[in-house]
Amino acid sequence: MTNESPERAGIEVEGLVREFKNGPRAVDGIDLRVQPGEIYGFLGPNGAGKSTTVLMLTTLLPPTAGTARVAGFDIVREGGDVRGAIGAALQEAALDPLLSGREHMRLQTALHGLPKAERTARSDELLGRVGLSEAADRRVGGYSGGMKRRLDLALALAHRPRILFLDEPTTGLDIQSRTALWDEVAGLAKEGVTVFLTTQYLEEADALADRVGIIDHGSIVAEGTPAELKAEIGRPTVEAVPREAGDQERMAEALRPFGERCDPTRRGGISVRLEGGESQLADVVRALDAARIAVEQLQLHAPSLDDVFLAKTGRSLEGAGDGPAGEEPGSEEMEAVGAS
Amino acid sequence: MSGGLRTQVGQLARRSVLRTMRQPGQIVPALIFPLFLLAVNSGGLKDATSLPGFPTDSYLTFALAVPFMQGALFSVMNSGTDLARDIETGFLNRLALTPLGGAALLSGLLAGAIVLGVVQAATYLAVGLIAGAELAAGAGGALVIVALAVTTTVAFGTLGLFAALRTGNGEAVQSLFPVFFVFLFISSMALPLDLIQTQWFHDVAGANPVSYLLQAYRSLLIEGWNLGELALGFAIAVTIGALGMWAAAGALKTRLVRT
Repeated sequence: MTNESPERAGIEVEGLVREFKNGPRAVDGIDLRVQPGEIYGFLGPNGAGKSTTVLMLTTLLPPTAGTARVAGFDIVREGGDVRGAIGAALQEAALDPLLSGREHMRLQTALHGLPKAERTARSDELLGRVGLSEAADRRVGGYSGGMKRRLDLALALAHRPRILFLDEPTTGLDIQSRTALWDEVAGLAKEGVTVFLTTQYLEEADALADRVGIIDHGSIVAEGTPAELKAEIGRPTVEAVPREAGDQERMAEALRPFGERCDPTRRGGISVRLEGGESQLADVVRALDAARIAVEQLQLHAPSLDDVFLAKTGRSLEGAGDGPAGEEPGSEEMEAVGAS
Repeated sequence: MSGGLRTQVGQLARRSVLRTMRQPGQIVPALIFPLFLLAVNSGGLKDATSLPGFPTDSYLTFALAVPFMQGALFSVMNSGTDLARDIETGFLNRLALTPLGGAALLSGLLAGAIVLGVVQAATYLAVGLIAGAELAAGAGGALVIVALAVTTTVAFGTLGLFAALRTGNGEAVQSLFPVFFVFLFISSMALPLDLIQTQWFHDVAGANPVSYLLQAYRSLLIEGWNLGELALGFAIAVTIGALGMWAAAGALKTRLVRT
């Protein structure tokens, strides 16, 4: 482990383990490194160990084994220094429904020791930044889920932390709120804040993260930039569904020259990994036309993080189809193409 | 107290008071229920004043001590439920991520109990006096009654904090309310200790600290200034508070395992 100056340090984790009494190893010896100013997406299904990792890195849960330095401070021996350097919005927006947004900000800035003269200005600045100026004096019990999440983010930023932990910040939010929060997080990273973001949404990791770690059953199964991870999986696939079920064999024969056939698709189509990449799509259409096969659906699948998850764990990520657009990312669909 | 600690306690106290004032469901039952019982008891048990040795001919004056204790018992539930909710919602984790110390947290959380204690004591006393109760110790005695009520309310509030930190569950804290109420019923609530004839009840009530807290109030209402009984009442309240605070601090350490 390095001993960088706190101002330049990110997150360094080595062999971090958390075991619960009579329970499984929630986190099973993970190693990771987050550079200062980076957005690190920690992707995994429910129960994978994401939140337990965040609780350990934010000093709220002691690790069973392993070491970690956050902002240059040891999470076990220098917990107070870690807390001074980080902000965190944990899984549930922990707010008091009886207090207003402004009262929350006043409490948070005071508890973090901001000088009295600075508290009001900082509160107003952050409430404005997350779009809650107008609702600032309303009780939080009447806020929508998105407003609560935005206030949670503002509270996490009250003391100008260098590292921000966001534990599933957009779970349960509508598309608009989710996108607004993504913009805010991206803006923070541009200002130099290191962001450790856990999510079960592939789109979120893909859209926001500079690098992604995929965790499953407490272990990191893949790590890299989204592009690197997708490239590991390989080439895109094309999936064609014949209009007549009896044309399946002829379709498989027509597509054979384009690459290796993949597993049968859910829609009764033929899926082939394109050896020559996306540029072969036009040739595929021509081949099917030449074979006089009527096509019900033709879809090009670019490798997604779900494909990466599938390849690394043998199963699809929960919530994969639960994204903002309600469709698989990286796919282009053409309905009813081909010759009659 | 350092400036930082003072700010922390002050801000948490402010929140605690705001929470209390914004939950009429906490204040109203704690005011109405004891006064209702006072009306029922002082009406139904007034013939007890004819017992030889009964210290006053006004059962209302004798019974007026009871609402102060009932009010204090409500603070077990109110303080504990508020903290349990903070644990359940994760608000305690938010506080744990700040430089807040455990002592500041517990002290701040009890501020609401102090406000509630003042409001309750002033209300019970005003209603009692309007209804015809006597206050032998005069205006100064009224202030001491309020002070004792606040001390007792805070003391019982620490037990609520302890229960919340141990269980982390609002329903579990609320289920303790009847248990604490039993202590009131097995005390000298209805009769002076020396007039309780049933031996086992006399022994149990004699061993129950609530009896001596009641006696401290009654000394001011009925006798005037009895420093021995007052000192005993305050000492019991402070001891309960200190033990409750000690237990709550231990439970907080277990609950907040931050490094």
